[in-house]
Amino acid sequence: MTSRETFDRLAEKFPSFELAYVEGKDPAILVKADNLVELAQHLRDEEGYDYCSSITGVDYPDRFEVVYHLYSMKKEGGPVILKVHASREEPEVPSVVSLWPGADWQEREVWDLMGIRFSDHPNLKRVLMWEGFQGHPLRKDFPGTQDEYTFS
Amino acid sequence: MATTLKTENVTINMGPHHPSTHGVFRMILTLDGETIVDLEPIVGYLHRNHEKIGEQNNWIQNTPFTDRLDYISPMSNEFAYVLAVEKLAEIEPPERAKYIRIIMVELNRVINHMVAVGFLLNELGCFFTPMFYALRWRETLMDLYEMVAGSRMMPNYFWIGGVAGDLPEEFLPMCNEFVAALPGFIDELERLLTENEIVQMRCRDVGILPPDVATAYGCTGPLLRASGVPYDVRKAEPYSIYDRFDFDIVMGTVGDVYDRYLVRIAEMRQSVRIVEQALRDLPEGETATPRKKGKFRPPEGDVYHRIEAPKGELGFYLVSDGSENPYRYKIRSPSFVNLQAMSYMCKGRKVADVVIILGSVDITLGEVDR
Amino acid sequence: MTEQDMVPPELRRNVLIAPIDYVYNLGRAASVWPLMFGLACCAFEMIVSVTSRYDLARFGMEFLRASPRQAELMFVAGTVTKKMAPQVVRLYDQMPEPKYVLAMGACAISGGPFKDGYNVVPGADKLLPVDVYVPGCPPRPETLIDGIIKLHKQIRGEHIRTSPWYRKGVEREIPVPEYGPWGLVLPKEEKSE
Repeated sequence: MTSRETFDRLAEKFPSFELAYVEGKDPAILVKADNLVELAQHLRDEEGYDYCSSITGVDYPDRFEVVYHLYSMKKEGGPVILKVHASREEPEVPSVVSLWPGADWQEREVWDLMGIRFSDHPNLKRVLMWEGFQGHPLRKDFPGTQDEYTFS
Repeated sequence: MATTLKTENVTINMGPHHPSTHGVFRMILTLDGETIVDLEPIVGYLHRNHEKIGEQNNWIQNTPFTDRLDYISPMSNEFAYVLAVEKLAEIEPPERAKYIRIIMVELNRVINHMVAVGFLLNELGCFFTPMFYALRWRETLMDLYEMVAGSRMMPNYFWIGGVAGDLPEEFLPMCNEFVAALPGFIDELERLLTENEIVQMRCRDVGILPPDVATAYGCTGPLLRASGVPYDVRKAEPYSIYDRFDFDIVMGTVGDVYDRYLVRIAEMRQSVRIVEQALRDLPEGETATPRKKGKFRPPEGDVYHRIEAPKGELGFYLVSDGSENPYRYKIRSPSFVNLQAMSYMCKGRKVADVVIILGSVDITLGEVDR
Repeated sequence: MTEQDMVPPELRRNVLIAPIDYVYNLGRAASVWPLMFGLACCAFEMIVSVTSRYDLARFGMEFLRASPRQAELMFVAGTVTKKMAPQVVRLYDQMPEPKYVLAMGACAISGGPFKDGYNVVPGADKLLPVDVYVPGCPPRPETLIDGIIKLHKQIRGEHIRTSPWYRKGVEREIPVPEYGPWGLVLPKEEKSE
């Protein structure tokens, strides 16, 4: 669980990361993009969070946000949730594919639909739309499509 | 004197339209003779924009759309969405509604596994016969759905705060009869298939997925449990009233196609156990919490809720900004994540094994592409 | 000359004279072979209608063919997405004449519940000429059988003199759309000088 104890333990171990605690029904840990991979590696190796369940991109008016839900196969209970902010102009977040290969397609989907780039991803192509499609459809400012049909 | 031929790898396309009944799914295979060197799945041919449409609908209008995700087990998808919204808005459904939901979802799991086994055998070459048996038993469940919700395949029965209506009088006798006959049906299927020589020869040691690889790829559901990892969301993070029922987690040992088939058969029996207990303990009472007047506006915040759907872990990540429409509506579908293990499982096998391995992963394209 | 004059009396029990349209259409309507083109949820109701409870085989559709070269009727069952649209048209072009299209379900008729999607073609009739529309989401197997019976009625009412596939100079092939940067585009025709 992303309880206060987990947060305090991590903040003590990595004081330079400047982690923040986000309150809510599902409390989360806010981490900077540069420190994400190291924190995730610590969580996977030392604390046993070996199952990355879901990676989501959210489009807020002032920023992009990527949310990671991490679970442990052995421990029971809720997830550790990490949140990373990215800028609106050039959103870029490091990839965690080297730690959890199951994050591969989920990150490709976030790139395809939201436009958040993942550096060091081995194969960052579109997965749901076709190659050559411009635009990122799930953004709030997506202009729509233009099509030509044989029978209109 | 042995001479070796100089050969090249061939790239073939198993196109979006093919006789295997899984739907519009494309694979690009690189072959050396008939052995697979590389496999690249391409999805997106059924991308129907659930997430964007979900942001334009309001919270209550989204429930019928969740039926269309995994259309073989529609009640499970509704269950996951409704539980996520109830967690966000802090609504507690009445006890009778909780038991009815569990009965519907577990019956759904039995039928989903039966159809999955039927389709797997269809791909083995047994053609339509096991599928016809599985679909015949599915018809009884469709009759139960129609009795309760009015529609055969897309029931739209779960409300935020309960279920849409009470069970009619004819439901309980028919359901009891169905549940009493189910172990006999499962035995019939097992008698035909488990010791069958062809099933053993084609399914043993095919598509092996070791447990650490399965965990790293994020696989869940029968795919993970057949590899020997005892992880079931109903036991790891119990939701609704699953902690009141007595059932076991079924596991395999090797992680091949045959183990996944056995895990599905055994899970059917466990689900029948749960349904029998739920039918025995079904309390009287209301079936839905009354809703406050006015538009439904849950408080601000974000929430992630997951359930053990028949295919794996199905989760909904919902972000609310206090208005009537969701701000972000994300579906974590099990088939999309499980499909990443395909290229690992198929390397070094023959082309005919690809179809069987795909059948054992048990995907539904509506869920993969959303 | 009537039938009495044309056929000698000893053969009158063995010889039947009928208009050519009637015989030709009866042969075609009684054994229409469908192409199993199930895209989404409606595909499941299509498969269920072949099983023993609803039994499509008694209408001559014994077996859903997977290859378009052996099929006459295309069931467009499910949502047609823009990514799948070139494949749909290509399969239609590969079917031999005479061919029919049955649009099954709300998504194939007009886009259905997903009409506002950025990847959804609002109706199969934007890409192909559709003969029968079967509404429902998904339509019950009985509704599908009703649609097939209407198709049989249409086939029996056709005339061999006015059929489009025997006429010269009629272009029946449909251009295959391509993936463009903001949606589907039709291929530009190359004019040869």
